[in-house]
Amino acid sequence: MADNNHKIRCQGLWKIFGPRPESIRDLIENGASKQEIREATGHVIAIRDVSFEVQDNEVFVVMGLSGSGKSTLVRCINRLIEPSSGSIFIEGANIGEMDEHDLRELRRHKLSMVFQHFGLLPHRSVIDNVTFGLEVRGDSKKERMENAQKALELVELSGWESSRIQELSGGMQQRVGLARALAIGSEILLMDEPFSALDPLIRRQMQEEFLNLRSKVKKTVVFITHDLLEALTLGDRIAIMRDGAIIQLGTPQEIVTMPADDYVREFVKDVPRGKVVPVSTIIEEPPLVTDGEKSVKATVEEMEKKGVDFAFIVNANGVCEGALALEDALAVKENGATKIGEVARREFPTISPDATLEQGLPLISEGDMPVAALDKGRRLVGIITRAALLKAVQSNGENSGAPKVTTHQG
Amino acid sequence: MFDFPEIFALPLGEWINIAVDWLTVTLSSVFNIITIGIRTPLVYIERFLWWIPWWALILILAILAWKVARHWVATVTVIGLLFIGLIGLWDHTMTTLAIIVTAVFVSVLIGIPLGITAAKSDRFEQSIRPILDGMQTMPSFVYLIPAVFFFGLGKVPAVVATFIYAVPPSIRLTNLGIRQVAAETVEAGKAFGCTGAQLLFKIQLPLARPSIMAGVNQTIMMALAMVVIASMIGASGLGLEVLRGIERLDVGRGFLAGFAIVIVAIIIDRISQAFGRAGTTRK
Ligand SMILES: Nc1ncnc2c1ncn2[C@@H]1O[C@H](COP(=O)(O)OP(=O)(O)OP(=O)(O)O)[C@@H](O)[C@H]1O
Ligand SMILES: [Mg+2]
Repeated sequence: MADNNHKIRCQGLWKIFGPRPESIRDLIENGASKQEIREATGHVIAIRDVSFEVQDNEVFVVMGLSGSGKSTLVRCINRLIEPSSGSIFIEGANIGEMDEHDLRELRRHKLSMVFQHFGLLPHRSVIDNVTFGLEVRGDSKKERMENAQKALELVELSGWESSRIQELSGGMQQRVGLARALAIGSEILLMDEPFSALDPLIRRQMQEEFLNLRSKVKKTVVFITHDLLEALTLGDRIAIMRDGAIIQLGTPQEIVTMPADDYVREFVKDVPRGKVVPVSTIIEEPPLVTDGEKSVKATVEEMEKKGVDFAFIVNANGVCEGALALEDALAVKENGATKIGEVARREFPTISPDATLEQGLPLISEGDMPVAALDKGRRLVGIITRAALLKAVQSNGENSGAPKVTTHQG
Repeated sequence: MFDFPEIFALPLGEWINIAVDWLTVTLSSVFNIITIGIRTPLVYIERFLWWIPWWALILILAILAWKVARHWVATVTVIGLLFIGLIGLWDHTMTTLAIIVTAVFVSVLIGIPLGITAAKSDRFEQSIRPILDGMQTMPSFVYLIPAVFFFGLGKVPAVVATFIYAVPPSIRLTNLGIRQVAAETVEAGKAFGCTGAQLLFKIQLPLARPSIMAGVNQTIMMALAMVVIASMIGASGLGLEVLRGIERLDVGRGFLAGFAIVIVAIIIDRISQAFGRAGTTRK
């Protein structure tokens, strides 16, 4: 069963708060809603049949409105909350079957957590907060100091070791929380709305640093947020929760371009698409692709016939070697004898198909040619034209293009 | 006609006497252990206070006050204690202090663990809450009765009565302090793999410290309030002086002893409060 690529696997998870969770089984099977069940029996369905897998080194974002069950879900992963039913596997081990000792060892070595309101210990200095997890599991003083120093460096808080927590700003306090989690060296990081309590500016800054940090250390992250933009910026995949159930699970692009229902659609309608949608969605077939051996004269004729003012030169392996602009070709005198390989530009705007629309914009405004979309091996995948890009960036909402009235609050 | 018929009067007092007699006999070993448990620290504390020269005690308390509390507290400590000595009440004060320190020591030793238990178990909290509420509403004289019944007259029953009267705030505020620790902070402790004991000593008790110290401070104040009452069952010291002053209509004597109690109360209150604050917020 245990697939090694899955760091975390969650299967048919339920969490029902109340004195007798099993008593409401019938109601659930008859399709009663969370609200109805709460009013009739006082039981709260916090998690409703949730299944997902988190891959190694992935940032898995769980997003939803207040009360949708996000905090409960993330606390089931380290069993701060006991699920009512269903199972969770961490690196293949079923944590529901662990006894107290094994669970403690799991928490001390494999999982660490970052909290919305930081959960720091105000009676300890910064460094003593960061060493907390190491101290609890009995590491030697030397190890504790080494690991804590490294963690503080990662969050750019070196030099603050002996400060008191109350002296730090919110953003810095959360860095301490993050350092405490990093210090134990666990591969899995559970983050329950870590940036939600911070000012918007600090929040953006922390998001950037989080991305930056991820490029330095390998972590599998379950990240909780109620901020869609945060989810789209940080997540490799996003699970959208509502009333305890996951209603859509997909990449940021899938969420934005193919919302599963009206609930998700409502969420994504104001999202700047340029930040999420990759240029691969607007790639066009290059109208003219030739090899470099052709004469300029023949190529110019072909361009004129097709009514285009550019051509891409691709070798036998599909690798794009250059781009030819019509004006450059027309400037050549001996056009019958010159090969286009000699006059083509070696430097021309290129982009990866995975880049976002927003990243494509500066390239478009630079040159007189479309941008060549090249894959990792520099093979020509297609072209991005200025018209298509501008249109895609400006269109808001879904691909269907049905205009929706957007209401702006505040 | 107007008198309540005597045949209906329940011999309740008789019954209680019988019950108490029975308890005294059957639980005599328990009461012996309690007596030893109280007398031992009492004797040592008393001996210490008699042994230490008066100027040394004043110096120690003054330095303590200077270190932890505001500086005027140190001044009040020196002047107040000198005054007590000058009016000839030093020995009485030491006797009273020994009883109070013992009662507070026992209260803290028993009250804080009970408070911790109450914080960890809702059921335990619910079962002791009415008892604590009841203890608070009862007049303090009531505590003299069981103390005398089971321990006779003297300093030990005085400590027992003082303990019963003074222990509730230590229990209550320890319980409250631990329960008030932010849920997320406790979760953080668990999430990093704390055992129950680690959670208690590394997170809950340190964070509950201001509240616990406030409870201890209240316990001290209530113990001081028992000084005069406890002297009615044989505790010597300042309380007895006040009592004699009242009995013999010697206003001067009673007033001076009462004033000495106030001085002691102010000094202990200020110093113990400062201990509660120290370490949590700096001056
Ligand atoms: N201990 C509890 N007892 C009873 N109900 C609870 C308990 N904890 C959470 N709930 C309920 O479970 C549901 C999910 O709560 P949860 O805290 O997981 O939501 P959330 O998505 O994290 O919300 P928020 O954005 O406000 O943090 C809510 O309806 C909440 O009222
Ligand atoms: Mg939450």
